[in-house]
Amino acid sequence: MSHDSGFGSGGYNFAYLDENTKRMIRRALLKAVAIPGHQVPFGAREMPLPYGWGTGGIQVTAAILGPRDVLKVIDQGADDTTNAVSIRRFFSRVAGVRGTTRTAEATIIQTRHRIPETPLTEAQTIVYQVPMPEPLFRLEPRLAETRRMHALADYGLMHVKLYEDIARHGHVSTAYNYPVMVGGRYLMSPSPIPAFDNPKMHRMPALQLFGAGREKKIYAVPPYTEVRSLDFEDHPFRPHRADGCCALCGSATSYLDEVVTDDRGGRMFVCSDTDYCEERQEAAAAAPASETEDAA
Amino acid sequence: MSAPLLEASGLDLAFGAVRALDGVAIDIHPGEVVAIVGESGSGKSSLLRVLAGQMRPDAGTVLYRDPAGHAHPVHGMGEAALRRLMRTDWGFVHQNARDGLRMGVSTGGNVGERLMAIGARNYGGIRDEATEWLKRVEIDPSRIDHLPRTFSGGMQQRLQIARTLVTRPRLVFMDEPTGGLDVSVQARLLDLIRALVADLGIAVLLVTHDIAAARLLAHRILVMRRGQVVEHGLTDRVLDDPQHPYTQLLVASVLAA
Repeated sequence: MSHDSGFGSGGYNFAYLDENTKRMIRRALLKAVAIPGHQVPFGAREMPLPYGWGTGGIQVTAAILGPRDVLKVIDQGADDTTNAVSIRRFFSRVAGVRGTTRTAEATIIQTRHRIPETPLTEAQTIVYQVPMPEPLFRLEPRLAETRRMHALADYGLMHVKLYEDIARHGHVSTAYNYPVMVGGRYLMSPSPIPAFDNPKMHRMPALQLFGAGREKKIYAVPPYTEVRSLDFEDHPFRPHRADGCCALCGSATSYLDEVVTDDRGGRMFVCSDTDYCEERQEAAAAAPASETEDAA
Repeated sequence: MSAPLLEASGLDLAFGAVRALDGVAIDIHPGEVVAIVGESGSGKSSLLRVLAGQMRPDAGTVLYRDPAGHAHPVHGMGEAALRRLMRTDWGFVHQNARDGLRMGVSTGGNVGERLMAIGARNYGGIRDEATEWLKRVEIDPSRIDHLPRTFSGGMQQRLQIARTLVTRPRLVFMDEPTGGLDVSVQARLLDLIRALVADLGIAVLLVTHDIAAARLLAHRILVMRRGQVVEHGLTDRVLDDPQHPYTQLLVASVLAA
């Protein structure tokens, strides 16, 4: 288990955290995997980046990282944003692991706000950065009370919120951080991923780990676990997607970002998952036939 | 007579030197309305909270008989079971409607909460049920999406009753349901409660200092003073022929009970 083989030049232990801290986080992770969707408290450390930038995710990644892992970090689907680049560089510096932007190559994917479009496999682990792990916090301000509600599986209040949405807007207006039931027992915040990504969590072959640094909580969804988005029988869960195709790769099924191109109302839709988009563009360039469409 | 729904005996509760309950015993049978009357500080509300499992007595037991006929000690069943009971078989109507309602949630959501808590997952069904109940408590169903804070005090109280009765509980605790309302609104509310209770066959434990309300609703009355039940019996008997000096005083002090 020891990775402190004189690694790096900065005098840091492998993957920045000391071995005892990593052991503490792994213990929390084991408990979290054993109770899918249950929030396990852990002693979050100060990290060399501010709260809200992924301190929880980075600690979970540090605890599970091995020297042969290949790390991909995404922020809002993109590999080239500040947060993603700095976290990837951080781990290449303190752990010497190889970074990648290719979803299929990665063994560990740390993410903020998205799940990659390319389906994940059993050999992969996805680590979510979570700002607020408590799905009930807007409805019940007392944390002691929310813990009691989790303990008693007393989740009627969450449905009251959905009822209110439908009564006011005609549909559930929650577009991201859409609450899910894990394994039919625990209500869980999926972190601020779009509701579009929720179905990908259901029976996902990859292990899903969630770290909230400021709130000092870890939770997990083991592979092939049932993850259901809350809904009503007559108002079923409907993942929302912008109506259009990617302007770069032409995908009609991926999650799209709207990009404003000028100050006269010009805008375009592009894939939020940059790796997925680039791979499709390369494939289209390699096979210059007419097919650029996904099966819609 | 069938076995009692709720059966309490030997209840003691002290707040420091003050004895809020002193050897209190009470039975409530299915479909029966029992009123607890007494002046402020006589221990009525403490008794209600102890019976509803919200407060643990220093001594004594409270037994609840479930629909299958098994008796469960209310203070030994654990919080999960008690909560389940509170949202299925039992209901609690607070004196102040604001304590019983979610003020930031629409009227329909308030009525539907108990339905959703016991697993209703059909939006249309919940809404129909809520509309039906608003009609029953004489609230205009077109206000189903309005917030309760836009309602008058009487409407809020009626909404609270609808929200409590929507799951058809077997036993409802009411803590001065007509407190703080003006006389004409009180009268209408009492009429409504009487009709609903008779209609649904609910057992009610009513705490009040209003003798007139007790006479209108209750089959039986318990008179409390300083934590003790000083007199109990059928409503008409107790109010028309009070035996204990304190009951006599209480009845005499009401203008036209």
